[in-house]
Amino acid sequence: MSMRSLILLACLSCVGVLAEEQDIATVLAPSLGETASADDLTSLTLNVLPDGQGLPAGSGTVSEGRALYAAHCVSCHGVDGQNGINDALAGGHDTLTSNRPVRTVGSYWPYATTIFDYINRAMPYRDPGSLSHDDVYALTAYLLHVNDILDERATLDAASLKRIEMPNRNNFIWAINPGATQ
Amino acid sequence: MDSSRLPDAADNGLLDRRTLLRAGLGSAAALLTASAHGTRPDHMRQPGAPMSGTSPPATELARTAIQSQPGTLGSGASRTPLQHLDGLITPSRLHFERHHAGIPTIAAHAHRLVIHGRVKRPLVFDLDALHRYPIVSRLQFLECSGNSAALLTPQPADMDCGAIHGLISASEWGGVPLNILLDEAGIEPGATWAVASGADAPAMNRSVPLEKLYEDAIVALYQNGEPLRRANGYPMRLFLPGWEGNASVKWLRALQVTDQPAMSRQETSKYSDLDVDGNARLFTFPMGVKSIITSPSPGLTLGEHGIYQISGLAWSGAGRIRRVEVSADGGKTWAEAQLDDHVLDKCLTRFRAAWRWRGAPAVLMSRATDATGAVQPDRAANIEGRATGSFYHVNAIQAWAIDSHGAARNVYA
Repeated sequence: MSMRSLILLACLSCVGVLAEEQDIATVLAPSLGETASADDLTSLTLNVLPDGQGLPAGSGTVSEGRALYAAHCVSCHGVDGQNGINDALAGGHDTLTSNRPVRTVGSYWPYATTIFDYINRAMPYRDPGSLSHDDVYALTAYLLHVNDILDERATLDAASLKRIEMPNRNNFIWAINPGATQ
Repeated sequence: MDSSRLPDAADNGLLDRRTLLRAGLGSAAALLTASAHGTRPDHMRQPGAPMSGTSPPATELARTAIQSQPGTLGSGASRTPLQHLDGLITPSRLHFERHHAGIPTIAAHAHRLVIHGRVKRPLVFDLDALHRYPIVSRLQFLECSGNSAALLTPQPADMDCGAIHGLISASEWGGVPLNILLDEAGIEPGATWAVASGADAPAMNRSVPLEKLYEDAIVALYQNGEPLRRANGYPMRLFLPGWEGNASVKWLRALQVTDQPAMSRQETSKYSDLDVDGNARLFTFPMGVKSIITSPSPGLTLGEHGIYQISGLAWSGAGRIRRVEVSADGGKTWAEAQLDDHVLDKCLTRFRAAWRWRGAPAVLMSRATDATGAVQPDRAANIEGRATGSFYHVNAIQAWAIDSHGAARNVYA
């Protein structure tokens, strides 16, 4: 039998096997996903969305955050979030249109929820996941304070965090906005 | 060859006799070989090495310009040594890397991908399950959007092609189309995005429009025919053809379907484009049309005058490459380059042009046009409107100056 005949036969067989739509769907999508358990989902609740979805229970104060910052953050990010060996977290206000824009949490970041999300998922660099939710709220409060967005006596929780308007909030343009086309 | 680096055969620096012969370190030794065995070289006078499980590379090519942020060794990048490669495939061991807290060592049997959020059925997939789905395989590029940022420095940096442009690689990526998995979970009305997150230390996350995930995204399991390298996401990664590499989340462990982007630190503070007017653009995913001459380039010095082959790479996140032009006079005149056989969608395309070098100084450039008609911009146009330090999505024309000795260097022309 020639190769061409073999190929033709194989194709005809495929058509036979896949004649019914049900079979085609089964081949393309064997539906092997297992229903996610509560544990699966609990372990994934890191994403905090800008409307506050995903923020856990808990709270923290600026002063608690100051102490945590001194213990976990200052060696990389500098005193009060400036002049460290890694990213500046504070300062840079009103520099974005200058010749030397300084992009920090306070001068650039559009959403306060991002601070909580990022500390909670990724910081401290050498020990991510080691801080409690209260700790993360406290550090978020502290970083907002050193950027002149929160009073030094403030306490932060889910409800108050999602209400915070960051100073640079309205200076972002979405290159793609799928929600707007619906 | 530096004889001080040869392995010792005995104490006090005695070198193996045959090592000397192989290295050709003395005309006397070479003459003796010739007289005893005619023209037959050493490797033709005895059987070669036996079979082995893997095949080591013949040359010592390595990734280049490896950089880490201070105090954070796993956070940084390494680049593909483009000037030493040909063809369009990047060997997996030389694929560029960009990590945000190192390469996790993941036990594949315990790894799970969860699709959750605004879906009818939150689902979990393990590696065995994914292997039973129809796998699609495509040759495509992956480029970090921070690639080529060195072209923004006020003075041209003394860097080679890989160091400047090596955050681009191409592979055959094989994996499960995401539309199948998303349909299985069942997208709820109103959902527009999915937030992908990885199983690395910082649980790196990026938001991706569902439309892209349905168009051509895969959960990649294979790279160049073998399971993904750990540095490229083993056991599974998101792969988004043509889009900035950061969004192709490695070590993918979750996709949360949402009605909004997460506005994660990666996609707001980092991978956004600040303009001089103070506005910043978010979600600038597609990589622009681009090309570079990989040879000649800095470090590959020309020898005697005569015919040389200019060779380079072109690509576009918008589709196929339509044409590449090259110039040897700094952009005053251009000639069409020959494209290799494989001109593929969102893949590297190899181009070549023959060049007679008469010994006079020259400035070599290449300029790509993609299937949409988009033309690679010159440096001035590419920089215009950017705020200082806004370094993503640089796709400017690269110029290499060739001096009268045949040495190449990075210049602005």
